[in-house]
Amino acid sequence: MQQSNTYIIFFTLVMTIFFGALLSFTRMQLKPIQKIQVEIDTKKKILGAVMDISSLTPEEILTLYSEKMTSKVLNINGEEFVFNDGTKLIAEEINIQKNFKLNKNDRKYPVFMFSENGSVVDYYIFPMFGNGLWDWISGFVALDNSLNQIVGVAFDHKSETPGLGARITSAEIQDRYKGKKIFDLDGSLVSVTMLKKETNNALDNHKIDGMSGATITANGVNDMLKNYFECYLPFINKNKIESLNLISSR
Amino acid sequence: MSSEVKEKVLNQKKVEPLLSKRRKKILVDPLDDNNPVTIQVLGICSALAVTIKLEPTIVMSLSVVFVMIFSSLITSLVRDYIPTRVRIIVQLAIIASLVTIVSEFLQAFNYEMYKVLGAFVGLIITNCIILGRLEAYAMGNKPYDSILDALGSSVGYAWIILTVSFFRELLGSGSVLGFKVFELIGWSNFPTNGLFVDSIGAFIILGILIWIQRSRNGYIEN
Repeated sequence: MQQSNTYIIFFTLVMTIFFGALLSFTRMQLKPIQKIQVEIDTKKKILGAVMDISSLTPEEILTLYSEKMTSKVLNINGEEFVFNDGTKLIAEEINIQKNFKLNKNDRKYPVFMFSENGSVVDYYIFPMFGNGLWDWISGFVALDNSLNQIVGVAFDHKSETPGLGARITSAEIQDRYKGKKIFDLDGSLVSVTMLKKETNNALDNHKIDGMSGATITANGVNDMLKNYFECYLPFINKNKIESLNLISSR
Repeated sequence: MSSEVKEKVLNQKKVEPLLSKRRKKILVDPLDDNNPVTIQVLGICSALAVTIKLEPTIVMSLSVVFVMIFSSLITSLVRDYIPTRVRIIVQLAIIASLVTIVSEFLQAFNYEMYKVLGAFVGLIITNCIILGRLEAYAMGNKPYDSILDALGSSVGYAWIILTVSFFRELLGSGSVLGFKVFELIGWSNFPTNGLFVDSIGAFIILGILIWIQRSRNGYIEN
C-alpha cells in the first residue's frame, strides 16, 4: 500500500503543502524586518559616500538620513520622472541593477541630495552600476554643490578578486577619488580615470593611481563613472548653473 | 524460552544510556576517524568558498549544524512513511526548506552576513554531507541516534572549515575575526600572503590537515 502510486502522490502533495505553508509563513513574518534591513543598507551606502558612518547605529543612520537627505528620480533628460497620474517613484526603492540592464533612455536615474542646513544642497550623490572583472560593480559618487568636484565615493562589488579588484571597497582606494574633478577647464566632461599600475607620478585632476593586478576592475570602474556621468549630465548641467547663480547672488 | 530472550533484548535496549559506547562512537567518529571533509572528502566546495574569513565561516558552520540536525530529526521521524521511490526528493525538500528558513532569518537579523555569504547559504542544500547522512543514516535509524550522527558529522565539518578559515584569515589578511593581530603584537608590516585569500590557500591547509590526521592515525592507502 505504502508503495502505490496513489500513496506517493498523496505523500508528496501533503509534503508540498506543508513545506509551502511553512516557508510562506516564515517569509510573511520576517518580511517587515528584512525590508528595514535592506533600507538601512541602502541608506548606509548613500550616506557612506559623503561621511564616515562606521560608528553609527542603524537607528542613527535612519534619523540622520531622514533629516539630511532628499531624493529625486530623473529620466535621461535630467527631468524629474513623474507618472501620467502625477505619482512619483521613491528613489531609495529604485533597483539600479535592473535599470542598468535597460536601454540608457528608458532607465530611471535616482539622485540623492545631502543638505546640512536643509535649504541649500551641499552634496549630490549619484548611484552607478557597471561590470567588473567577474561580476557587477556598483557605486555611489558624491559631488559637491559645484557639481564638479568629487567629495567621496562608496563602491561595492559582487565577486571581484579579494586583495586585487575587491580593493575598490577599501578606504585606501576610495580616498584617492576625493578632490578630483569631472569637468576640465573648458567645461567638458572628462570623468575621473583610474590608471594602470600603482605608482604613477604627476596625477592631474582627472586621474588617480591604479590597483596593480586589477586593471580590468579599474577599467570597469572607469567605464561605470564615465557612462553614468554622461547619463546624469543633463541634470548636472542644469543644476550646475543654478548653484552657480545661487553662489553669485549670495 | 525464546520470548524470554526477546524480552531481555528489549530491556537492554530500553536501558541504553543516553551516551552509551555505541552512541559515543556515532558522535565522535565523524570528528576524526571518519571525518566527512578530510576522510570522505565531502562538502569541499563550501570548505573552499566560505573560508576566507573566520566570521562568515562561523555563521556557515552554525547554519550547517542547524540544518543537519533538524533534517536528520525530521527524516528519522517520518522515515517509515517516506515512499522509497521518492525518498531523495523528500529528503531534498526537507533540507531545502530548512536552508530557506535559515537564509530568511539571516536576511532579517544579520543582513551584513547575508550579503557576504550570498549564494553559499542556499548551496547548503547541495552539501553532500547532509544528503549523504540522511540517506545513509537517518532513513534507517531512530531519531535520537540520528541526531547524534548529524551532530557528529556537522561538527566534524564545522571544525575543519573553522580551522581552515582561521589560518586563511591569519595568513591571508593578517587578522583574526577582523582584529589585526599582528599589528597588536607590534608586527605592523606582516607580509600577508595573497595565496591564502584565494581558494588555493584552502587546498593547502586542507592538505596539511589531512596529512597530520593520517600520520597520527596511521592511515595507509589500500
